[in-house]
Amino acid sequence: MSQTALAEGAAVASAAQADAPPAILLDRVNKWFGTLHVLRDVSLAVAPRERVVVCGPSGSGKSTMIRCINRLEQHQEGRIVVDGIELSDDLRALDAIRREVGMVFQSFNLFPHLTVLENCTLAPIWVRRMPRKEAEDLAMELLTRVKIPEQALKYPGQLSGGQQQRVAIARALCMRPKIMLFDEPTSALDPEMIKEVLDVMVELAETGMTMMVVTHEMGFARQVADRVVFMDRGEIVEVGTPEEVFNDPKTDRLKLFLSQILRGH
Amino acid sequence: MAPADTTTRVQLETAVARVPGEASAPRSPPMTAAGPVAWLRANLFSSWLSTAVTLLLIYLIARFTIGFVEWAFVNAIWEVPNNQTQACRELKGIGACWAVVTEKHRFILFGTYPYEEHWRPALVILLFVALYVVSAMRRFWRKELVTVWAGALTLIGILMWGGNTAPGLLPQPWEQLLALALLLGAGFAYVRGWIGMLWPTAALVYALLAWVGPVLDMPYVPQERWGGLPITLILATFGLAFAFPLSILVALGRRSSLPAIKTLCVLYVELIRGVPLISLLFMASVMFPLFLPEGMNIDKLLRAQIAIILFAGAYLAEVVRGGLQALPKGQYEAADALGLTYWQKTGLIVLPQALRLVIPPLVNTFIGFFKDTSLVLIIGIFDLLTAGKTAIVEPAWQGFGVEVYVFVGVIYFMFCFAMSRYSQNLEAELNRHRRR
Repeated sequence: MSQTALAEGAAVASAAQADAPPAILLDRVNKWFGTLHVLRDVSLAVAPRERVVVCGPSGSGKSTMIRCINRLEQHQEGRIVVDGIELSDDLRALDAIRREVGMVFQSFNLFPHLTVLENCTLAPIWVRRMPRKEAEDLAMELLTRVKIPEQALKYPGQLSGGQQQRVAIARALCMRPKIMLFDEPTSALDPEMIKEVLDVMVELAETGMTMMVVTHEMGFARQVADRVVFMDRGEIVEVGTPEEVFNDPKTDRLKLFLSQILRGH
Repeated sequence: MAPADTTTRVQLETAVARVPGEASAPRSPPMTAAGPVAWLRANLFSSWLSTAVTLLLIYLIARFTIGFVEWAFVNAIWEVPNNQTQACRELKGIGACWAVVTEKHRFILFGTYPYEEHWRPALVILLFVALYVVSAMRRFWRKELVTVWAGALTLIGILMWGGNTAPGLLPQPWEQLLALALLLGAGFAYVRGWIGMLWPTAALVYALLAWVGPVLDMPYVPQERWGGLPITLILATFGLAFAFPLSILVALGRRSSLPAIKTLCVLYVELIRGVPLISLLFMASVMFPLFLPEGMNIDKLLRAQIAIILFAGAYLAEVVRGGLQALPKGQYEAADALGLTYWQKTGLIVLPQALRLVIPPLVNTFIGFFKDTSLVLIIGIFDLLTAGKTAIVEPAWQGFGVEVYVFVGVIYFMFCFAMSRYSQNLEAELNRHRRR
């Protein structure tokens, strides 16, 4: 059953924007943690400028999938092609991919010993070999875009969670990535701070950035997602527009999941 | 059966809560909660038992202090003429005989170093202290500090050895000019940013070697005659300066994903940690030369130095590893996701955080090894403690060990206490980001 659903999913993806080569392509990706099969034949193509929201119950493999894309986790079977580069053991290919793919984590992972500005300029200076002055100007521009330029000289520990996550977004954007990955960016935040982070993400989506977002924020998904991917137990179960997925779930698993998160909200 | 409830309970008759919206002005705490009187009452005289303990301790401390002051200052003898220690012996147990320190301090500080050349080890001690002070100041934490260290350590070597008795080593005038030209050229090119720091550093060392020896015209002093505080400082400084970078590499290697490197590092740490320092020193001084080819001889001090570096490296590596483990996984992932290479990640993200975390145990180990250098006495090297011990071998001065050991202890304490205070300072300064 899942085989057909998968084939459909891949077909939807390639049919959506068949003209351009995909920014991210996952082709029958499998991964195990020990003997636990966490990704089962996951196939998905994300077109340039497309916004994909991934949802699903905890333990469904959505974070693992997104972390495979910049190889924070290693997949064991199948192919992953990012921006035309295939992920392999070749370290230079990996470096090239990581330069083009920005990532935002649930727990922010800012560098606590560096100021906000230094957090943002570190990678452009060391990885992109950008002159310091230029990197600082770029960082200030992006900090302004996430609306916290006045915090540039503070340390991350002095900021609120929402501010830290916005710095994390600015830090990733400073590398001028082509693709942005978000791994549950609002899950560690207090409710009143979720909106400020989502607002920044909506603005980013409006600029045409290719985005892949693991989140439970259905409002965000409806507002910006081109497609929603529902995962459960390591498989992609349903793929479709937000309306299709949220208003007309086809599988029992998705129906159950939607009823659970709607009750929660 | 539950025990009877004997707790006294207060009857609440009036409402306790304030009316919401009613403003209350900020007040200072009541007198009984702050100030020295409150502190005394809370910490020293809170009950009759604690009052009794406080009074008893005050009495004991006062008695001990008065006794010590009488022994060390009031009844002390500071000088005796020509080793006539009779006066000292009469006062044994009543007053300190500081005369032994007055008489022997140069031997304790400089060991068997030729008497008329004592200004050289004295200058070496000053150089070491200056080097520590400069290195301790954060505004000098720049690449150029490496040059300063290379220059200072070369100068220390020249001063200790001297060398006009080895004419083969004396530089020719043309070599001196070449050294000067190289130094000027390299310095100029460095200032203009054409070359790295390595070249002017090397040129500086060469220039020092070419000029200082001949200009100062110092007689050669073999290493066997060195002793006292310079030996302790040399062993500790070189020991820790080399052991610390070594330990970082080993700690990183122990977490490496490459099995060969990991095994090598684990073996090194476990083997070195598993034997006493004394046995390593014995091996370095007795066994190691047996393996050397005929006629080849490595300085005894150098061998001891290597043993100390290896030993301290193993201990420090475990301390550093503790810091590496305390770092959350997210820090590595964020660095990876940004595309930093392994060495960038390690140098910019991992080590700066990990080392800050382990400043206290790191300094603990540093202080431990500063004192452990005294173990070289068992292979016949004259460090500060051994020199002190030897100073009271002479019949006239036998029996004045306490005074000598107090003197030596004070010197050790000054260095260790300075390290300790500095580390507290550094910790507060470097962990500023953790304050809110």
